[in-house]
Amino acid sequence: MNMPDLAKLIFGRLTLEAIPYHEPILIGTFIAVAIGGIALLALITKHKLWGYLWSEWFTSIDHKKIGIMYMVLGIVMLLRGFSDAIMMRAQQAIAFNGNPGFLPPHHYDQIFTAHGVIMIFFVAMPLVTGLMNYVVPLQIGARDVAFPFLNNFSFWMTVAGAMLVMASLFVGEFARTGWLAYPPLSGLAQSPDVGVDYYIWSLQVAGVGTTLSGINLIATIVKMRAPGMSMMKMPIFTWTSLCTNVLIVAAFPVLTAVLVLLSLDRYVGTNFFTNDFGGNAMMYVNLIWIWGHPEVYILVLPVFGVFSEVTSTFSRKRLFGYASMVYATVVITVLSYLVWLHHFFTMGSGASVNSFFGITTMIISIPTGAKIFNWLFTMYRGRIKFDVPMLWTVGFMVTFVIGGMTGVMLAVPPADFLLHNSLFLIAHFHNVIIGGVIFGLFAGINYWFPKAFGYRLDPFWGKVSFWFWLVGFWVAFMPLYVLGFMGVTRRMNHFEDPSLQIWFQIAAFGAFLIALGIGAFLVQLWVSYKRRDELRDVTGDPWHGRTLEWSTSSPPPEYNFAFTPVIHDMDAWWDMKERNAGRRLEGYLPIHMPKNTGAGIILAGLAFVFGFAMIWHMFLVAGLAFVALIVTAIGHTFNYKRDYHIPADVVARTEAARTEELAAHV
Amino acid sequence: MSDMHATPSAAIAEQDIEFWMSKDHHPANGTLLGFWIYLMSDCLIFACLFATYGVLGRSYAGGPSGADLFDLPLVAVNTTMLLLSSITYGFAVLEMQKNRRGTMMAWLIVTGLFGAAFLGIELFEFAHLIHEGAGPQRSAFLSSFFTLVGTHGLHVTFGIIWLITLLFQVGRFGLTPANKRRIMCLSMFWHFLDVVWVGVFTFVYLMGVLP
Repeated sequence: MNMPDLAKLIFGRLTLEAIPYHEPILIGTFIAVAIGGIALLALITKHKLWGYLWSEWFTSIDHKKIGIMYMVLGIVMLLRGFSDAIMMRAQQAIAFNGNPGFLPPHHYDQIFTAHGVIMIFFVAMPLVTGLMNYVVPLQIGARDVAFPFLNNFSFWMTVAGAMLVMASLFVGEFARTGWLAYPPLSGLAQSPDVGVDYYIWSLQVAGVGTTLSGINLIATIVKMRAPGMSMMKMPIFTWTSLCTNVLIVAAFPVLTAVLVLLSLDRYVGTNFFTNDFGGNAMMYVNLIWIWGHPEVYILVLPVFGVFSEVTSTFSRKRLFGYASMVYATVVITVLSYLVWLHHFFTMGSGASVNSFFGITTMIISIPTGAKIFNWLFTMYRGRIKFDVPMLWTVGFMVTFVIGGMTGVMLAVPPADFLLHNSLFLIAHFHNVIIGGVIFGLFAGINYWFPKAFGYRLDPFWGKVSFWFWLVGFWVAFMPLYVLGFMGVTRRMNHFEDPSLQIWFQIAAFGAFLIALGIGAFLVQLWVSYKRRDELRDVTGDPWHGRTLEWSTSSPPPEYNFAFTPVIHDMDAWWDMKERNAGRRLEGYLPIHMPKNTGAGIILAGLAFVFGFAMIWHMFLVAGLAFVALIVTAIGHTFNYKRDYHIPADVVARTEAARTEELAAHV
Repeated sequence: MSDMHATPSAAIAEQDIEFWMSKDHHPANGTLLGFWIYLMSDCLIFACLFATYGVLGRSYAGGPSGADLFDLPLVAVNTTMLLLSSITYGFAVLEMQKNRRGTMMAWLIVTGLFGAAFLGIELFEFAHLIHEGAGPQRSAFLSSFFTLVGTHGLHVTFGIIWLITLLFQVGRFGLTPANKRRIMCLSMFWHFLDVVWVGVFTFVYLMGVLP
C-alpha cells in the first residue's frame, strides 16, 4: 500500500485544504477561540482544578450538577449563535448600492444554517433541559432522576453534538441548506461536501442524548413523586415538563429516522429524496416537520411552566385556574402533532388538506390564550412584586401575544401563500421564540439561580439586561415584519432595492441592543458573584416560594431532602409554611444514592470521534470508534456496584449546620 | 407509589398530619417503565420507515417490483425462525421465574440460535437481491425495502449481542434482581421485534406480492 492510499484509509477526505486559512473571519475567530481556550485550560491547570472538575462535575450523576452543566453549555453556545446573528444583520444592513458586504453567499449560507441549528439544538434545548433537570426532581420531592447515569450520558452526548458543530467552523464547513436541510439541496448532487454531514451527525449524536433524557424525565415524574403528590397536585412546571418530555420521546425518533434516510441517500446512494429513481423530496419535508413542529412546543411548554411558577410566586397568589392550565398544556401537547403541514402550505396538497391544517393550527391558539388569561387573572388583585423574573414574565406576555397573533395570520393558507418564506415568517418565529422561550429562560435563570448557587442574581444588571433585550427585540424584528409584507424573502445575503436598506439598518441596531442585553447578563453573573455575600440566600426561600424546591437549603444538599416530604396540597411548600410544618430534625437514616461514573463522558467522546470520522469518510476510524463504543457500553453493564449510602451521621451533620445557619440569620 | 392515594389529606385530623416521612422512601423502580417508553420511541422509528415504505413502496423506477423479487416460502421459513425464538424466550423467562439458571440459559441459547438463523436467511435474501441487480440504489421502492427490513435486522443483531452479554452476566453473577430485570428488558425488546416483523411480513412481503 502506498502513502496516498494509506492517508486516504486513515484520513478519508480530510486534507489540509479543509482548514479555512484563506478566510480571515474564520482565522480571526479561530485565534480568539484558541487563545481563550488555552487561557481557560491554563487557568484550570494552574489552580489544579482538573481533578475537582472530573470527580465533582464531569462524572457527576447528580441531577443538579448536570442541570447546571446544561445551562453553561447553553449560554456558551448562545454566544456562538448570537455571533452568527449579528454577522447576518450587519451584512444585510451594509450590502446595498453595490457594496457586496463582508460575507459572500457561500459563507452567509453557512451562517444562517448554523445560527438556526445552534440556537434551537444547542442553546434552547440545553437551557430548557437544564432547567427541567435541576428543578423537576426538587419539585416532586425526589433525590435524583430515575436513571442518573443515563442523565450524565445524555448531557455529554449533547456536548458531543455541539462540539461537532463547533468543529465545522475550523475544519471543513457547515451546511449551506437552511436549518432543516431540505433535499434535494442537501442531497449528494447539490451538496457533495462535508457541510450536510456535519449537520447530520451533530444532530444524530445530540438527538440520542435528548431522547434518552426525555425517557428519563418521564420515568422520574411518573414513578418518583413524593407520597401524596397525585397528578393534579404536581407543580405546574413539573406538568409542563412531563408534557415536554412526552413530546421529546414522541418526536425525536422521527428526526432520527429521517436523518438516517438522508444519510443513506448521501452515503449509500439510496433514492429516498432524490429527483430520480422514484425518490420523493416532499417525504423528507413532511417527516422533518412531524418532528419540527412538536419541537417548538418542546421548547415553549417548559417556559410556560416557568411563567406559571413566577407569576404565582411574585403575585403572592395560588395560580389561577390550575386545572385549566394542566388541560391546556395537554391539549397543546396533542395538537402539536396535528399541525405540521402548515410549514408548507405551498406544497400544493390541495384546499381540503390545507384547510384542515390551517384550522388545527388556529385551534392551538385557544389553549394558549387560556394560559395567558390564567396568568393575567393570577396577577389580578395579587400583591405583585416586580423582581427580575416577573419583569421577564410581563415582557413575555406582551411580546408573545403579538407573536401568537402573527402566527394565526400565517395559519390562514391564502395569507401564507403570500407570506411564505418571507421575512414576515422570520419575524414571527423570532417573536415567539425570543419573546417566549428566551424570555422564559431568563425568567427561570433569575428565579432559580439563588436555589442553585446560594445567592441571588444582581437585580440592577438583571433589569438592564431585560430592558435591552425587550427593546432590542422590538427594534430588531418589527422591521422584518414590514419587510415581509413588502415581499422580501429570507436567506439572501444582499438586496438590489436601496429603499429597503433603512429597515435592515434599524434591525441591525436592534441586534446591537440585544448584544448589550447579552453583555449585561454576563456582567450580571460576574457582579452577582462578586457581591455574593450581600446577595446570599440563607433561608433557601428567597422569593417566598410555593413549591418544594424552596424547602431545601440553597444550594440543596446532594441528597436534596433529608426526609421525603409528604404532600397535602398543590402548593406543597406554601401549605407547609401556612401550617408551620417546620423541619424534621431527628431520626436521620442513611440515604441511598447513585455513584459517579466516567462512562458517560467516555461514551460521548467515542461518539464524537465516530461522528467526526463518518463526516470525513474516515471509515476505518469510524469502525474502530463504533466497536469501542459498543465494547465500552457492554463493559459498563458489568459494573453492578452503582450506588452507596450516605451515612446517617453525615446527614445529621449537614442538617445541623443548616439549622445553625438558619438560627444565625433569624 | 401505592400508598400515595390511600390516605386523602382531608381525612386526617390536623394534628396528625405528617409532612416529612419518618421511614425510608423507596420509589418504585422505573426501569421497566423507562424501557417501555424507549421501545415506544423505537416503535416510532419503525413507524417512520413503514410510512416511507408506504409512500415509496410502489416507486419502482422501471425496476423490479415486490412480486418479481420476493420468495415467499423463504420468508415464511424466516418468519418461523423469529416466531419460534419468541416462544423460546418465553420459556427462558418461565425458567427464570422458577430460579432455574441452567435451563434458563439453555433456552436463551436456543433463542439466540433461532435469531442467528433468522439473520442468516435475511442476509442470504439480501445478497441474492443485490446479486440480481435489485440493490437499495435501484429504486425508491428498494431503498425503502432494504432500510425497513435492514433496520429490523440490525435490531435483531443488537438483540443477539445483548443476549450473549446477558448469558455471560447470568453465568458469572447468577440470577440477581439486576440480572432478572435485564432479562425482562431484553424479553420486551425481543417480543417487540417479533411484533414489528409481523408488520413487515404482512405489509411488505404479503402485500408486496399482490399484483
